[in-house]
Amino acid sequence: MPDQLKIETDVDVCMGTGVCALTAPAVFTQREDDGTVIVRVATPGAELHEVTQAAAYNCPSGAIRLNVSETP
Amino acid sequence: MVEMIPEIHGLPMTRSCPFDPPDELSELREQAPLSRLIFPDGHRGWLVTNHALARTVLADPRFSNRNEFRHWPVERARTQTRHVPTLPGMFSRLDPPEYTRYRRLLAGQFTVRRMATLEPRITEIADACVDEMLRVGPPADLQRDFAVPIPSQMICELIGVPLEDREAFLERTNVLVDMKSTSTGSGHAWAYIHDYVRKLVAAKRADPGEDLLSGLTESDLTDEELTGAGVTLIVAGLESTANMIALGIHALLQNPDQLALLLDDMTLLENAIEELVRYQTIIHIGPFRGALEDVELEGVQVKRGEVVLVSLPAANRDPLRFDDPDRLDLRRTTTGHVGFGHGIHQCIGQQLARAELRIGYSVLLRRLPGLRVTLPPEEIAMRHDMGVYGVKSLPVEWDA
Repeated sequence: MPDQLKIETDVDVCMGTGVCALTAPAVFTQREDDGTVIVRVATPGAELHEVTQAAAYNCPSGAIRLNVSETP
Repeated sequence: MVEMIPEIHGLPMTRSCPFDPPDELSELREQAPLSRLIFPDGHRGWLVTNHALARTVLADPRFSNRNEFRHWPVERARTQTRHVPTLPGMFSRLDPPEYTRYRRLLAGQFTVRRMATLEPRITEIADACVDEMLRVGPPADLQRDFAVPIPSQMICELIGVPLEDREAFLERTNVLVDMKSTSTGSGHAWAYIHDYVRKLVAAKRADPGEDLLSGLTESDLTDEELTGAGVTLIVAGLESTANMIALGIHALLQNPDQLALLLDDMTLLENAIEELVRYQTIIHIGPFRGALEDVELEGVQVKRGEVVLVSLPAANRDPLRFDDPDRLDLRRTTTGHVGFGHGIHQCIGQQLARAELRIGYSVLLRRLPGLRVTLPPEEIAMRHDMGVYGVKSLPVEWDA
């Protein structure tokens, strides 16, 4: 069984670049008014782990944190 | 135990290959991630050449982007006035919380979704450029006839420059982009653009439209702040995208195997753009960051007030981050490239740039079959000495 991925975002540090929405559109989108991050799927399935990790790494302002927990 | 820290005088600018960063930067990166950089004015600062440290510095709030910290790392012919402190509205040279206020106001104008709504207009502009190139017939200067007009026209769309003013306005922005402009000429163009944007702000307050400036008049920004922000966006959006378009085509034509891959499968285009941004990294002087306090980097003490210059081209060619980094590989994973910078000051217009590059390349490659540069690469004059790297001009022809 793959690990579980839980996404946490901090909109206070988010700069609204849209890098996450570009990298992983199935997982992230942006608020209309200020471009800040909206998580579409808080615990993405295994098929989305790679793009979610890429989005977190690409985020320029460190607004995305991923908590990995092993599935029992 | 800190190893020997390399020391250099001035930022190396001379390239042995037009697409690769200066060799000295790779040599420095092999020795240490951080080198002593002695600026021409005598300031003793630092130079970052590897990818991991570039990201670290650019994401660290203990480093400032304010104008007070600026030192120019190369001797230059064209002096640029440095305003200390930062002029009102020139938000890119501010730190949080002032910076954050602007960025929040502007970010909503540059979302991925909003940029998608601009695509039809970008396509029209790109098509009109090609129509004109076809009408005149080959040869053409790709920089002047295609790469510069697209971002210039889009800036006008974005900030709402009325059609009747565009010719006069673009005449001035072209002066700013033109290598051959004298500093007097640039100064006059600057003054014109600044005055024009000030008047435009007043006009938008009186009669708002759908454009970005009109949207911002609803915020609490003063006219002076709005003017500064408008000018910042104009300058930031012009030279960078224009040079990226022309240099990218040049690189593709110099790498026929990669171009063939793309022509064979245009779904590669989005990744190709990220790779071209990584490979070319046209922002080749700076970003600069000033230490607000003593900071330890890689076991080295950076003292308060010292300037750290981050070489984005060197970081994007770091073999620890990218396999075979000096190869243009349109299929590689480009995750984490710093071509748009990193940290809170990462390029605000990057989604617009991507849209312009995507549409620009696809229109050009679709409509001008057999596109080729008419001179050997060593005869193409490069913008070695400019703030934004690129070609000075790119003479092309195609199968008419």
